[in-house]
Amino acid sequence: MGSTAPTEVERPSSDVRPDLPWLTIVWNDPVNLMSYVTYVFQTVFGYPRQKAEKLMMDVHHKGKAVVASGTREEMERDVQILHSYGLWATVQQDK
Amino acid sequence: MMSTGFRATRDGVTVQLDAGEVSILRSLVSQVLGLVEPGTTGDDPLERALGIGSAAPPADPVLARLFPSAYADDEDAAQEFRRYTEATLRDGKRADATTLLETAAPGRLTLTAEQGQAWLRAINDVRLALGVRLEVTEEVHEEIASMSEDDPRYPAYVTYDWLTYLQDTLVRALW
Repeated sequence: MGSTAPTEVERPSSDVRPDLPWLTIVWNDPVNLMSYVTYVFQTVFGYPRQKAEKLMMDVHHKGKAVVASGTREEMERDVQILHSYGLWATVQQDK
Repeated sequence: MMSTGFRATRDGVTVQLDAGEVSILRSLVSQVLGLVEPGTTGDDPLERALGIGSAAPPADPVLARLFPSAYADDEDAAQEFRRYTEATLRDGKRADATTLLETAAPGRLTLTAEQGQAWLRAINDVRLALGVRLEVTEEVHEEIASMSEDDPRYPAYVTYDWLTYLQDTLVRALW
C-alpha cells in the first residue's frame, strides 16, 4: 500500500459475522493509498473510521484481510463494488 | 509541478490547477479511458444486449489490474463472475473518467462531493495503470527522492508522485 501518514490504531478483534461461510478478502498492493483504502472501507461498508483503519492496517501489514462475510451473493456484490474503487478484492469460502 | 491539492468546501471540494497540470491529467485519464473503452463482448447479440461479456481475464496487465479476478483459486467461478460483471465495471470506470474530463479546467475548480468521488476513482485508475507500467513498489516515494533528474524514468515517477499527492488531498477533503 502506498503510504502517506500512517496512523497508529489499536488492534481489537475484527472478525465480521464469522458464523457465515463466504468472505470478502482485500489484498495488499503497492499503489492504493492507506488513506484511500480506509475511506473506501468506510464508504462501501459503512464501517466507523477506527474499524476501517484497523482493517486497512491488517491489509498493509499481513498482506490481506477479511473485510466482510455473508452469503456468496453479498460477497460478490461487495467485491464488484471494491473493484469499482480499484481495490484488489476476492471472494472465497471460509474453510 | 505542484498545486496545493484539494480542500473541502461547504458543498464539495475545490482545487487550483494550472494549464499544464490539467493537460497531464486529461491526457492520462484519456489514455485509461481508451484502454477501458473497447470491452470484449461475445458475438451473441443477446449477450451483448444484456451486458454479458468475455469470461477470459484481459491479457494486458493494466487491464488485468483494473479488472482483477474475483476468485483467487477457482477459475470457473472467476470466469462466471467476470462474464456477468465486467461490462458494468467498465461502464463505471468510463463514467468516472468522463466526469473528470468534462470538469477538469485550469484555475480554481469546485466539484460536488459526487463529482469528487468520480475524480477519486478516476485518479486511482490512472495510478493503478501507471503503477503497473512503472512496476512501482511501496518504496516509490523514497525511490523518487533518490532518483537522478537525468534518469529517463524520472518524469513518469514525478507525475505518479503528483497524482498520489492529489489523490491523498482529495480523500481528506471528501472525508
